[in-house]
Amino acid sequence: MNPLAILARLGAAVLSILAVFGRVAIFAFDALTHIVRPPYYPREFAHALLNIGWLSLPVVGLTAIFTGGALALQIYAGGARFNAEAVVPQIVAIGMVRELGPVLVGLMIAARVTSSIAAEIATMKVTEQIDALVTLSTHPMKYLVAPRVLAALLTVPVLVGIGDIIGIAGGYTVAVKNLGFNSAAYLQNTVDFLETRDIVSSLVKGAAFGVIASIMGCYYGMNSGRGAQGVGRATKSSVEAAAVLILAANFVLTGVFFSL
Amino acid sequence: MIKLDSVYKSFGDNHVLRGTSLEIAQGTSMVIIGGSGTGKSVALKSVLGLITPDAGKIYVDGKDASKGDRDAFLARFGMLFQGGALFDSLPVWQNVAFRLLRGSLKRPQAEAREIAIEKLRRVGLKSDVADRLPAELSGGMQKRVGLARAIAAEPEIIFFDEPTTGLDPIMSGVINDLIREIVVEMGATAMTITHDMSSVRAIADNVAMLHDGVIQWTGPVADMDASGDPYLDQFIHGRAEGPIEAVR
Repeated sequence: MNPLAILARLGAAVLSILAVFGRVAIFAFDALTHIVRPPYYPREFAHALLNIGWLSLPVVGLTAIFTGGALALQIYAGGARFNAEAVVPQIVAIGMVRELGPVLVGLMIAARVTSSIAAEIATMKVTEQIDALVTLSTHPMKYLVAPRVLAALLTVPVLVGIGDIIGIAGGYTVAVKNLGFNSAAYLQNTVDFLETRDIVSSLVKGAAFGVIASIMGCYYGMNSGRGAQGVGRATKSSVEAAAVLILAANFVLTGVFFSL
Repeated sequence: MIKLDSVYKSFGDNHVLRGTSLEIAQGTSMVIIGGSGTGKSVALKSVLGLITPDAGKIYVDGKDASKGDRDAFLARFGMLFQGGALFDSLPVWQNVAFRLLRGSLKRPQAEAREIAIEKLRRVGLKSDVADRLPAELSGGMQKRVGLARAIAAEPEIIFFDEPTTGLDPIMSGVINDLIREIVVEMGATAMTITHDMSSVRAIADNVAMLHDGVIQWTGPVADMDASGDPYLDQFIHGRAEGPIEAVR
């Protein structure tokens, strides 16, 4: 193939990726400004709080407890290689709070909430419900997007906090019941070792991941193609984008909090 | 009065509207006919601002539809969508009273519900459907709920997008009669798009035939059969032979 043609294709691909980034950035900015500008839709917000926050608790709790338990087993087994089994409480605490809690909750929210938002909004688009909203003098960004993004911004940090606690509890249960750790000493070590910065970073990551997950769901839903295939593609793309962006944001935020 | 002045709209290489011009007088019922994919829905959605034309102007009562207060502009319209476009998550009465439960036309909830039930009765539905979800209704009932929603805020202008598509002939007749009655009763300006000729004869004061992105013929419904226009003739008689290609 002609080298110029290859370059042209490469350029076109880069431009199209940059265009998507630009569109998502404009959409995100628009969504965030609609949160603070009236009119507000409290019923939609309450519904989003319930769906994103409360109904995500079981999956978040189960993910955290199994991860915490597995983490305790792994650290115990790995630490035994250089006589460092005693560090289980500290590593479980720091691992859950700094990394695994926020990331796993973020990915669970991407799987559960981003997909559901994208599928719901995409179906509304395909069935002309979004056009109907406009003709009924209701701005879709305000009615559909802003309540979901605000609910995710507020509830995902809470879910991350709960996930952190349940994950530590999972590690504690395994350590005390199976690995012979003393209950009081385990808890004391956990509390002593965690710093405020660890907890703040966890909650900030939760807020960022909540915004990413909800915006990706809304963006791909609002820009869905036609028919069942369009809805399917929008849902798949939203989860892929949310998961990748959550992991990328996690890397950046970890750098910001801990490499200083 | 609604006026489309040389409106153009393309989607990529697909040039849907190629200088469409049309006038709809106040208080009259205009039906736009034409084959599938000829741009009828695009013309209708362009008036509402759901689609932005590439060129040309649209005026409502002499004012440029793309300018001015959007909420006030849309408050004058009601629209019945082809598939109903009812909000799945809301019960029927909240669908009908959607505009009355929020925004500038907001009323107390009890009053909005009362109006919704009255509008449901107007379209021949009993009050017991008010608390059901749209998914629990038949296609004909969903269309009626959509119609009730379109007229709930007593709009001056009502748009009907393929009002009888997917309905059996009897239900189509019922919906056509309802549309005609409501338009006359409310004195509203109506714009309907359809390819159902029974709808055209039941609903229209005037007819416009859209083909190749332009209005091929327009006139009173009474003149339609003797128009002498080959496009219109082929369409209303459903002939495969004629100037309109059967396979598009």
